Amino acid sequence: MRVSVVAFARLRELLGFSQRSLVLPEAASVDDAWSAIAAEAPAIRELRGSTRIACNGAVVDGVRRLRDGDELSLLPPAGGG
Amino acid sequence: MNRYAVSAQALDAAAIEALVRDDAHGGMVTFAGIVRARADDGRAVRGLSYEAQAEMAVAEFEAIAREASERFGDCSIAIHHRTGDLAIGETAVVVAVACAHRGAAFDACRFAIDALKERAPIWKRESYVDGTAEWRENACGESHA
Repeated sequence: MRVSVVAFARLRELLGFSQRSLVLPEAASVDDAWSAIAAEAPAIRELRGSTRIACNGAVVDGVRRLRDGDELSLLPPAGGG
Repeated sequence: MNRYAVSAQALDAAAIEALVRDDAHGGMVTFAGIVRARADDGRAVRGLSYEAQAEMAVAEFEAIAREASERFGDCSIAIHHRTGDLAIGETAVVVAVACAHRGAAFDACRFAIDALKERAPIWKRESYVDGTAEWRENACGESHA
């Protein structure tokens, strides 16, 4: 399956993309998607604990199973206000 | 104008207050977050740049407003946050809250800005006069604006 990954702020800079598509095996989870991205970007490996990940606009746990066409947002710790 | 918004346009606090002002609510409190000339560590700031997951941020503002009404009684709330490049003195965020009385209005406004800083998917990059820049995260439970 193919999902879309959108990265924000510090993660966008570290990853070098704001949006990309990612091909994953069927039944892959949110954590599998993170691992696939982190495999190519060592600078973010330590940041999973501080990163919230949203699937189609709702924050989800790492064990959440993905479906073809899902959009993942990688959200660093908040800095608004 | 929507009550909840993330916008690259300059914020007009009076226009945002007008969204919540009505005959049912006798106490109105507005919080405005302004870009300061000095960072918390004393460095001279040149400006801020805000980035947001706008759709999720607006949904979070709506959720915060619902929670405020559950906690503090019927409140009318508007929350607007800037994105893009802001200079010193510009308004980054406006939270306008109207309640029946002042106590609930102060409490709900404080709750809303604290919740926004903790939860809303908005990020701030601080640029300094010395040419450097850093992404700044909010410390949980902190009361700095």
